[in-house]
Amino acid sequence: MTVSSTQSLTERHPLADAFPGDGVETIGNDADGHTVLAVDRSHLLEILRQLRDDDRFRCDFLSDICGVDYPDRQQRFDVVYHLANLDSGERYRVKVAVDEDDAVLPSAYGVWKAADWFEREVWDMFGVRFEGHPNLKRILTHEAFHGHPLRKDYDPGQRWLLTEKDIMTPEWAREEQLDDQHMESQVLNLGPSHPATHGTLRTVLRLEGENIVKAESEIGYLHRCFEKMSETHGWQQVIPYTDRLNYCSSMINGVGYALAVENMLGIEAPPRAQVVRVILSELSRIMDHAVCLGANLVDLGALTNFWYFFQIREEIYGLLESCAGGRLTVSYARIGGLAHDVPADFEEQVRRLLDYIPPFVADVDKLITRNRIFRDRTEGIGVLSPEEAVAWGWTGPCLRACGVPYDVRKAHPYMGYEQYEFDVPVATTGDTYARYLVRMEEIRQSLRIIRQAIDNLPGGPVITDDHHVALPPKEKVYTEMESLIWHFKLIFEGIKVPPGDAYHFTEGANGELGYYIVSDGSGTPYRIKVRPPCFALYQAYPHILEGLLVPDAIAILGSLNIIAGELDR
Amino acid sequence: MKDVPAVNVDRGKIPFGERIYLGPILGGLRVTLRHFLRNVFGQRDVATIEYPEVKRQYSERLRGRHILTTNEQGEVRCVACYMCETACPADCITIVAEEDPTAAVDHEKRPLSFEIDLLRCVYCGYCVDACPKQAIIMSREHEMAFTTREEAVVGIDELRQKGPIDQEDLGYRPYF
Repeated sequence: MTVSSTQSLTERHPLADAFPGDGVETIGNDADGHTVLAVDRSHLLEILRQLRDDDRFRCDFLSDICGVDYPDRQQRFDVVYHLANLDSGERYRVKVAVDEDDAVLPSAYGVWKAADWFEREVWDMFGVRFEGHPNLKRILTHEAFHGHPLRKDYDPGQRWLLTEKDIMTPEWAREEQLDDQHMESQVLNLGPSHPATHGTLRTVLRLEGENIVKAESEIGYLHRCFEKMSETHGWQQVIPYTDRLNYCSSMINGVGYALAVENMLGIEAPPRAQVVRVILSELSRIMDHAVCLGANLVDLGALTNFWYFFQIREEIYGLLESCAGGRLTVSYARIGGLAHDVPADFEEQVRRLLDYIPPFVADVDKLITRNRIFRDRTEGIGVLSPEEAVAWGWTGPCLRACGVPYDVRKAHPYMGYEQYEFDVPVATTGDTYARYLVRMEEIRQSLRIIRQAIDNLPGGPVITDDHHVALPPKEKVYTEMESLIWHFKLIFEGIKVPPGDAYHFTEGANGELGYYIVSDGSGTPYRIKVRPPCFALYQAYPHILEGLLVPDAIAILGSLNIIAGELDR
Repeated sequence: MKDVPAVNVDRGKIPFGERIYLGPILGGLRVTLRHFLRNVFGQRDVATIEYPEVKRQYSERLRGRHILTTNEQGEVRCVACYMCETACPADCITIVAEEDPTAAVDHEKRPLSFEIDLLRCVYCGYCVDACPKQAIIMSREHEMAFTTREEAVVGIDELRQKGPIDQEDLGYRPYF
């Protein structure tokens, strides 16, 4: 079995002239209009540079690097680069194949800094080395782990004995360092269990006094093989797993995944399902921002706001529970729509929330926004310029705080976001204070969207009636033979997604949440790669820290909203 | 990205009123004082509840511990078709089937054992969606504590409905 990895081969593709050499093997467009290039390894770096610098492409943004394993193919691995021109919105996908015996690629770190951790992940998961990478080591698994778990022939049942002395310690943190006055500089472990990391994140710091001179982050403490497990489960069964990605806004993950698969199937959820998805996604976004801001403010000593924000969160959880039956892990989206219709008093509950939330946001606004203690602690701290932020692959509120008005809901509207009137909050300073201001405004804008959505909530079904995709309604399963057969077939064989690959992305609470999906036409996904927005945010974190103080490290970490669930997957 | 309706949230330099601390601090104190007084003397809209004496009322969709429903004769309705086991994303259901000697026709199945590992279960409700017989539903019981892992693996006897179905604390089930 081999999945075709190249799209329609067109000699006369309008962009074919841009690559006169023999580096580009094929060039074509996929169903979403993304340009797909298959590239020879020897020309990879020069083509990536051209894609960044050439005026025809201007791919300033590297969103993801992903490996795919085809054990039966002569060139076993595909490494897929997802690029974008944020101005024009055009998307590019560069694929390069490598042999198993000679799995080496030139590192793209010199082209986009965002390649840093994404390349480390491909090395960790597939064993493809990147020459010229500044710090190529394992990232999601332990230092002493054996093998590369996302290879198809890796047996997940294996156990490795990992001991404490194998814990990752960067070279520079091992030796003693003395300054001119023979004063030793300190190495400090911030995390993995630290009250201010809100998740198991570890950052090793080299301190001179209280100044951070060097930092390195270690992640993977919450790695639970989401991508490996999704390869052994049906398409529909992946949804409960997506809830655990960004667990502060689990609805958005499930919807993003469902949209990605629907896109490959060429179906659309009914209008009512779309609007309910928008409402619940925006409420989840409010919840996510509330948790992020609340926790960030607690770290800075402002506890009261945490209570006010958590009151909002509690009420939203109440609504989610009455719709889905779960508070944190909602599992409410389904491929083709929603698990079941919203309760009868849904509209009333949403309208109550629309009145309930704003006073709390206003209270926090009064407590914090004009408070000079907060401003002094956050202004000018953790600044990133717009160019740097894009180069690091930042998206979401953190990128918008740097002055780039990129929002997937506006740039590539999905789920009917083009019908709603809302503004994209942008700040220009790019510091921790700006990230706070952007998130506060986003809560208000989300409320605006929900208000418009609830006014135009259509009736009708909430899941498609295509029984190749969605289970038939229960009363028919109990009474009709045909429906029972559909029910059986769907449960036992799963949804058949047509072979091919696609990258679909939505605006998660933290930024661009992408799903790169490869299907071989069977009932289970061949490969699902999640592009978690936190991953790109967090890889810039150690670099931002250098030259700042330890308390600043806490303030910045909180404002980036790193959710270990989606970071480590 | 050029025609995106953006709203700039920059606040610029700290104005004089904020630089002297006092105004915003007093404004903040007013907010907290208002909440305090309202909670003590006013409408008492305190968000916290005194758990476990007071419990939150959940909807009838809450996905808690499973119930195996029974028919009029008091036997479990399950026909051991393995649909829930197949649909389970956490692989926490194990069914062993046997021939049903009481059935009117030959080759009817019933579960010899039906085990759910409640520690593995993620309470997603896929088993309820998968069941063609409404034999497995969920209750609202969500506070479960075990002293050993073995104790968390429950079988037919622990899962079977205890009395009339309308007296159970019903949670997620078809039509809800």
